[in-house]
Amino acid sequence: MLKIEDLQVKLGDKEILKHIDLEINPGETHILFGPNGSGKTSLLMTIMGYPQYEVVSGKIMFKGEDITHAPIDERAKLGIGMSYQRPPTINGLKTRQMVNLCAGEEIDEEALARRVNFEEFLDRDVNAGFSGGEIKRSELLQLMAQKPDLMLFDEPESGVDMENITLVGNTIGELLEKHFHPSKDRSKMQAKADRTKMGLIITHTGFILDYVSADKGQVLYNGKLSCVSNPREILNCVGDTGYEECVRCISTNSLTSLS
Amino acid sequence: MHIDEQSDQFELKAKAAIDKKGAIGPDVDLSAFDATPSPHLEMADDDLRSLPKEEQERLLGAGLDVTEKERGGTFLQMNTNTVHCHSSQEGIEVLSIQKALAEHDWVRDYYWKLADVGADKYTAAAELGLHDGYVIRSLPGSKSVYPVQACLYMHKDGMQQNVHNIIVAEEDSELHIISGCATSPHLKRGLHVGISEFFVKKNAKLTFTMIHNWAEDVTVRPRSVARVEEGGLFINNYISMKPVRSIQMYPTTHLVGEDAVARFYSIVVGSPGSEYDLGGRIFLKAKGTRAEIVARAISNGGNMIARGHLIGEVPDIKAHLECKGLLLNGGLIHAIPELEGHVDGVEMSHEAAVGKIAQEEISYLMSRGLSEEEATSTIVRGFLSVDIPGLPPQLQAEIDRAIEESDKDVM
Repeated sequence: MLKIEDLQVKLGDKEILKHIDLEINPGETHILFGPNGSGKTSLLMTIMGYPQYEVVSGKIMFKGEDITHAPIDERAKLGIGMSYQRPPTINGLKTRQMVNLCAGEEIDEEALARRVNFEEFLDRDVNAGFSGGEIKRSELLQLMAQKPDLMLFDEPESGVDMENITLVGNTIGELLEKHFHPSKDRSKMQAKADRTKMGLIITHTGFILDYVSADKGQVLYNGKLSCVSNPREILNCVGDTGYEECVRCISTNSLTSLS
Repeated sequence: MHIDEQSDQFELKAKAAIDKKGAIGPDVDLSAFDATPSPHLEMADDDLRSLPKEEQERLLGAGLDVTEKERGGTFLQMNTNTVHCHSSQEGIEVLSIQKALAEHDWVRDYYWKLADVGADKYTAAAELGLHDGYVIRSLPGSKSVYPVQACLYMHKDGMQQNVHNIIVAEEDSELHIISGCATSPHLKRGLHVGISEFFVKKNAKLTFTMIHNWAEDVTVRPRSVARVEEGGLFINNYISMKPVRSIQMYPTTHLVGEDAVARFYSIVVGSPGSEYDLGGRIFLKAKGTRAEIVARAISNGGNMIARGHLIGEVPDIKAHLECKGLLLNGGLIHAIPELEGHVDGVEMSHEAAVGKIAQEEISYLMSRGLSEEEATSTIVRGFLSVDIPGLPPQLQAEIDRAIEESDKDVM
């Protein structure tokens, strides 16, 4: 379980996350909405542990451990992983090698790559000259090898062409154990209850909701989380009236102070 | 000209240059080194294999494998003379230069034909006090399957080694050479002066991979020039990962025939107290010629100058220079890329970058479960790994091995 309590975060001198509370239980997937610059990526980077995001107060608990100040690699080892929107290029490191590094052991990277239609990129340097959609598939491939328990997705569908959107959507669904099936001794509901993978997905378009059933949606606006609701409803609300109207549920006072 | 007359002229020119300082790089006091010949017994295959383990490792560090596995010939010089020399491939000749000069007139067609004997005190020393060196030639149409390995080894402390090498790839031939320089673990101080002349004839292909495996107090002054004829390809790789006192070299290549190609790749790690002045220049003198210089320099506290100079003299040529420097632990990297276009219709470019490892890259790898140290060394290894098209797998393996070996020293 991920549990964030009253988290306040600064980037440089700027306060970018304000009193964030968030709880993701095993098997749950949450969707994060919000306009550009509202702090969505910052929240993901803070959970991942990027040191430039300075936690001023509050705490982050994962699997019962306080990881508020833990370095990135410790969090990764504990089971947190991230799919980046714009990851850096690592010159001279082949995607093939990267996938094995993610797995922490020698694996059949060809077979894994085939699942995201990425075999022909294995001998290219990580992210070097990749298009938006190629980056997304590369990130998914790395997560498939890494197998984290909590996956943070930063706009996983942006830049992905129509041909690959289903592939990307279904792969995320698989990573998050959305395709659970009843078996002889487990009912469908039991199989659902057995799931442990957690997801936090940033999306603007909501395309991902066609492939991944999400438990909760939230809007991050000016560094504050609000509107815990069904993600479809949030999407419709934002689509109809825009973010500002949608977050009126945050008290008028605090909105005034933010603007 | 008669051979004796020619020799007299070389001698005269050399004598006139005996005190002439090098055009660039720190001056070296030659009187501080002992250049007297110290004959070394010839060694058969078995003798090579019974060398002390630590010496074998030093040789291997410079690409010379005494087992000769996947090698098409071997040349080994110890101190001032050749101790082992043979070729196991038809059409590929491997000779000591002293022997070649004494027995084969054709060598005179190449000796001091590209490099200028009167260039400086180092070229002069190599003429007036020549110890040995190699002549490697692929006959017309012959293809070397395995690379020829050559090594110039120094183990007498305080010595000066003067060598002259001639490499000829005749028309339509293919020649691969791995040439190493190394010092014995017992040698502290020394000076290596090496002249190399490369002749790549019509439609020939030559790959030359040089690995330096020096010691902390060794000074090195190579002088080399290459000439590539029509349709010829010259790939020149240079690897130096170990400490050295001072090395300065500025090899020159002339692309004189249409569609001739030269590619230079260098990977250098500069240790504290080491001084490097490296790089080279390529003259593009004929239509359709191509040149590429790719340099990777890491400083761990060394002083490094990375030069590169491309000169386009005729239209329809293409040249690119790429120099990337990484400062890991202090030191200095000074990149000096130069482009010279003399006519319309040249296409020349360069990119140079000097910096440190991006924190973003380290964090990215850490989020995949690597420790900070593992992430850093992964990035450094990637930085040093350069794709060299056309290199035989054995040579690529040697380069990879040198990089792997140095990993612990770099970090």
